[in-house]
Amino acid sequence: MKREGSPWTGLSAVAAKELADHLSSMRMVILEILVVIAAIGAAYTAGEQLKATVAESSFAFLALFTTAQSPLPSFVSFLTFFVPLIAIGLGFDAVNGEQSRGTLSRILSQPIYRDALLTGKLMAAMATLAMVLVALWLLITGLGILFLGLPPSAEAVARGLWFLVATLFYGGVWLAAAMFFSIVFRQATTSAMASLGLWLLLVVLWPLASQFLAQALEPIRYGLPQEQLAQINLAHALARLSPNTLYGETVTALLDPSVRTLGPVFISQLQGAIPGSPLPLTQSLLVIWPQLVSLIAATVLLFALGYLVFQRREIRA
Amino acid sequence: MNTSVISAQRLSKRYGVHSAVESLDLEIAEGEIFGMLGPNGAGKTTTILMLLGLTEPSEGEISVVGLDPRRQPLSVKRQVGYLPDTVGFYDDMSGRENLGYSASLMGWSRRAAREPIARALERVGLENAADRRVGTYSRGMRQRLGLAELLLKEPKVAILDEPTLGLDPEAAEWFLATIRGLKQEGMTVLLSSHLLAKVQTVCDRVGLFQRGRMAMCGTVAELADEVLGVTQRVELEAVAPAGREDELAVALDGIAGVQRTTPVAGGFRVETQGDLRSALVRTVIEHGGEVQGVTLQRPGLEEIYRRYFEEVNDET
Repeated sequence: MKREGSPWTGLSAVAAKELADHLSSMRMVILEILVVIAAIGAAYTAGEQLKATVAESSFAFLALFTTAQSPLPSFVSFLTFFVPLIAIGLGFDAVNGEQSRGTLSRILSQPIYRDALLTGKLMAAMATLAMVLVALWLLITGLGILFLGLPPSAEAVARGLWFLVATLFYGGVWLAAAMFFSIVFRQATTSAMASLGLWLLLVVLWPLASQFLAQALEPIRYGLPQEQLAQINLAHALARLSPNTLYGETVTALLDPSVRTLGPVFISQLQGAIPGSPLPLTQSLLVIWPQLVSLIAATVLLFALGYLVFQRREIRA
Repeated sequence: MNTSVISAQRLSKRYGVHSAVESLDLEIAEGEIFGMLGPNGAGKTTTILMLLGLTEPSEGEISVVGLDPRRQPLSVKRQVGYLPDTVGFYDDMSGRENLGYSASLMGWSRRAAREPIARALERVGLENAADRRVGTYSRGMRQRLGLAELLLKEPKVAILDEPTLGLDPEAAEWFLATIRGLKQEGMTVLLSSHLLAKVQTVCDRVGLFQRGRMAMCGTVAELADEVLGVTQRVELEAVAPAGREDELAVALDGIAGVQRTTPVAGGFRVETQGDLRSALVRTVIEHGGEVQGVTLQRPGLEEIYRRYFEEVNDET
């Protein structure tokens, strides 16, 4: 049975309205202020430290994102923490909020498909996230010029842009997850708790769990190198089920050109390599390509899952 | 008047074993005001959602303005205005902004929508509150804003789910008058309600819903015939000569066409087939009584409804 008309009728209207909502909502303003303060703090301390040590390095700009000075974590660590929070904040009441306000049936009685409503909401939230991230990136770059007194190289800018893409989809995973919960659960508080619960699970418990699971499933019986390798590989594979691990690895390779591999490496594989020498961007991209694609795929998959449930959802309050 | 705008055949909706609507047949003619009446959970809202293509029917055929809402939902929704029972708006936007969003979903440009929005707001009397946040609106104002949204669409069919629910009597009266106005503009109106007395004054025809079925359908007079078996009821105020009350009651009962005589304070309540007022008065006088007043009462929906469900409950 073919449906009449385009599923995207009304998409731009929904997206524009949702975007305006996000940009003016108190919830987002609070989160943005929080992130900006954290970013400035992290970049400032990193800059102070870099001035003293590696100012001559051509990748000082990238180090600005990753350098941590205790007790403050690096800018990237801040992002790893805050981006899921922003994404969950943007998405946790996307659908059940409309339902409890009684606007859902009214909006869907307008000549649009449900597709447009859900996709418009995703697009608006992604656009909001992108705006926040670009603003932050420009802020850090500007502060970097101020602190370090040198402009970023073309490669540093290119790596920065890839870093933005990776961060956007890292947020996208959490956004799609939060939207999924907002479709499944009728109460906004329930979907918020579910999203935050999943986040805590993957951030705090999963790294430990993947270690334990690997030890249980691939035990080292005789202390052979093969056994050790198998266990490490399994632990890595399990840990990579969490978007946090994927994002962490992506950022490591993108912002540190000297990273050549994210897993175990044999001495024989390093033959002829100059330790610590930087990789070109294309090679760094090859290293993190699976991680980056996985993040994008997870976003799409979770959104598609929510979409399926939403299409079959009864809309009456 | 004979072309049907909404028609449904053997329409059913089941949720697991529970059936919300069970093989419903519905025909609504152009320019008609049709009332769906029934207790909560009788399947009224489910039927409405199926007509709009917002819920997939389990079985049956539907045609709305000649289209199938399952296959051509956009065209149907372009020509059908819907006012949900608990109509909600975005609280932090003004009434005008809310309508602007609806207009943009209808595919109107901001500029093209400005004039119609102002007109719709004026028509429901919200022109002075239009730029206030909807969060400050009362229930009645929200309901009127919902009606303004419906008018904005200039639909062929207006579907109103419990339009007078939670409104004070004055506001409800205003709402019903406006619904009558819609009919005058040639709109077909389908409304659902459980406030019977109010609804019967505007509806051309009504359908009684009960447990997912439309138990009866017709004009109020037709339903009265069907359920009560009497179309008339006469309230007769009469004083019988002392000690002869019973005799008079028997005499009244004996008149051809009288179905039941019940003594009430200061007189009798007589249910009759047809208007038998003069025969009743004559009988009272012949028996030496005095007539102080005769009033003909038409049974209202309320009565029909109560009687009908009494019968249904007796059977089960």
